[in-house]
Amino acid sequence: MKEFGYQRVSDVAGAVAVLGADPTARFLGGGTNLVDLMKTGVERPGRLVDVRQLPLDQIEPTSDGGLRIGATVTNSDLAAHPEVRRRYPALAQAVLAGASGQLRNMATVGGNLLQRTRCGYFTDVTKACNKRAPGSGCPAVEGEHHNHAILGASEHCVAVHPSDMGVALAAFDAVVTYETADGPGELPLGWFYLPVGDTPHQETALPPGALITGVTLPPAPVAARSRYRKVRERASYAFAIGSVAAALDVRDGVVHDVRLALGAVASRPWRARAAERVLTGAPADGGTFAAAADAELTAARPLPRNGYKVTLMRNLVVAVLTELAEEATR
Amino acid sequence: MAPALPPTSSTVTLNINGEKHTLTVDHRTTLLDALRERLDLTGTKKGCDQGQCGACTVLLDGRRAVSCLQLAVAAEGREITTIEGVAEGDRLHPVQQAFLDLDGYQCGYCTPGQICSAVAVLEEHAAGWPSAVTGDVRPEAGPPPLTAEEIRERMSGNLCRCGAYVSIVEAVARAAADGEKHTEAAA
Repeated sequence: MKEFGYQRVSDVAGAVAVLGADPTARFLGGGTNLVDLMKTGVERPGRLVDVRQLPLDQIEPTSDGGLRIGATVTNSDLAAHPEVRRRYPALAQAVLAGASGQLRNMATVGGNLLQRTRCGYFTDVTKACNKRAPGSGCPAVEGEHHNHAILGASEHCVAVHPSDMGVALAAFDAVVTYETADGPGELPLGWFYLPVGDTPHQETALPPGALITGVTLPPAPVAARSRYRKVRERASYAFAIGSVAAALDVRDGVVHDVRLALGAVASRPWRARAAERVLTGAPADGGTFAAAADAELTAARPLPRNGYKVTLMRNLVVAVLTELAEEATR
Repeated sequence: MAPALPPTSSTVTLNINGEKHTLTVDHRTTLLDALRERLDLTGTKKGCDQGQCGACTVLLDGRRAVSCLQLAVAAEGREITTIEGVAEGDRLHPVQQAFLDLDGYQCGYCTPGQICSAVAVLEEHAAGWPSAVTGDVRPEAGPPPLTAEEIRERMSGNLCRCGAYVSIVEAVARAAADGEKHTEAAA
């Protein structure tokens, strides 16, 4: 590991100022991804700015009925919070489906959004990778890619975003707030992650040196009946090979409102708007659910060894929507 | 102008098992390495050193964490409890006693991490935290019973290469049941 400076900051303005003065500096939250990547040489910051003690560790209701989640709230506190569990149960489920109890106690909401892909070529500094070393190539396209993207990828990068939390946040129209030296800003999650294109190393639309201060969830009554389901290669403590966050409001047998997002299929949490359009106003039955999944997955461009994901995601979408619809009639 | 190179080491005071230790650490030093290599607290084990096995689990402010991904310098000011600190003097923690009584290990290398993790699992469950296998996470549903399935999920961050999982689950369940009996007796 490369040597680095370390300092703690106690206010947001101070944190942003340090990064403005030292472009080699990085913010340190729980460190569960950053420290790991520093050990392997993927990340080589000259200075760590520890933001864990910033006053951003609260979850508060907003006046319009949403929730405001601070950036340094730990995954554990997010998943345990009564209002998260009551208003957005799929968010609590998504967080609980990720990592282990130890890591959830350390990891923060801001860090979760900024965690890097677990693509084996990205994490191995002896290999080419356009995300880590722009222009060096993407061995995953021809190589080991059974858990890589089927949607929104490019020939330059086929890595997937690993967050579970982000999938639920995408479904619920979360807005990321941040602070820069020039003042605060915000980005809807749908705009937060940039399209891959030929710049896979540019992952987010955050301005340089910006500090994520929190995530705001707008009110979403539909989210009270929501679910996150994750498929992985072992029963627990593994990244998804496919996941779904869904919320469904059925009235008189018809889909009144729906939210749907897919995980482990793209470089970002994938909001399934094509599927939502098919679902809204249609009968809440298996035929509609399958048609909705197909509408979203027509855009899928699987690689030679991850075509199973298209079938997996189709079945997963239908299964989760069916469960939610059955719950609604109980 | 390029920023001045920052110092790459710091003198920190770590509060471990109720004792304060002051030492100078290279910022690259993990809490795990500080405990083992600098403070002779070798009960905490190094397994994968990348947050995937749980052998290095300690408690930070009462919550379990993997010490291999925790920088020592960033642990200053926190209450650190290692396996050396979970017993009360000569009286073993109920989780330690249950692991002994039920053979919750084979080679023993992962055991300190398993025990620290299990101590925290009981606290998390007592606090009403749901898990990934909890059917209904809404607070109105109440805390889930600590079934074998719940224990396996909550302990999934601790790997055991010997495969002593069956006894580990039994030991955690026993410790949880003993804790409940204790609480009832006190009430």
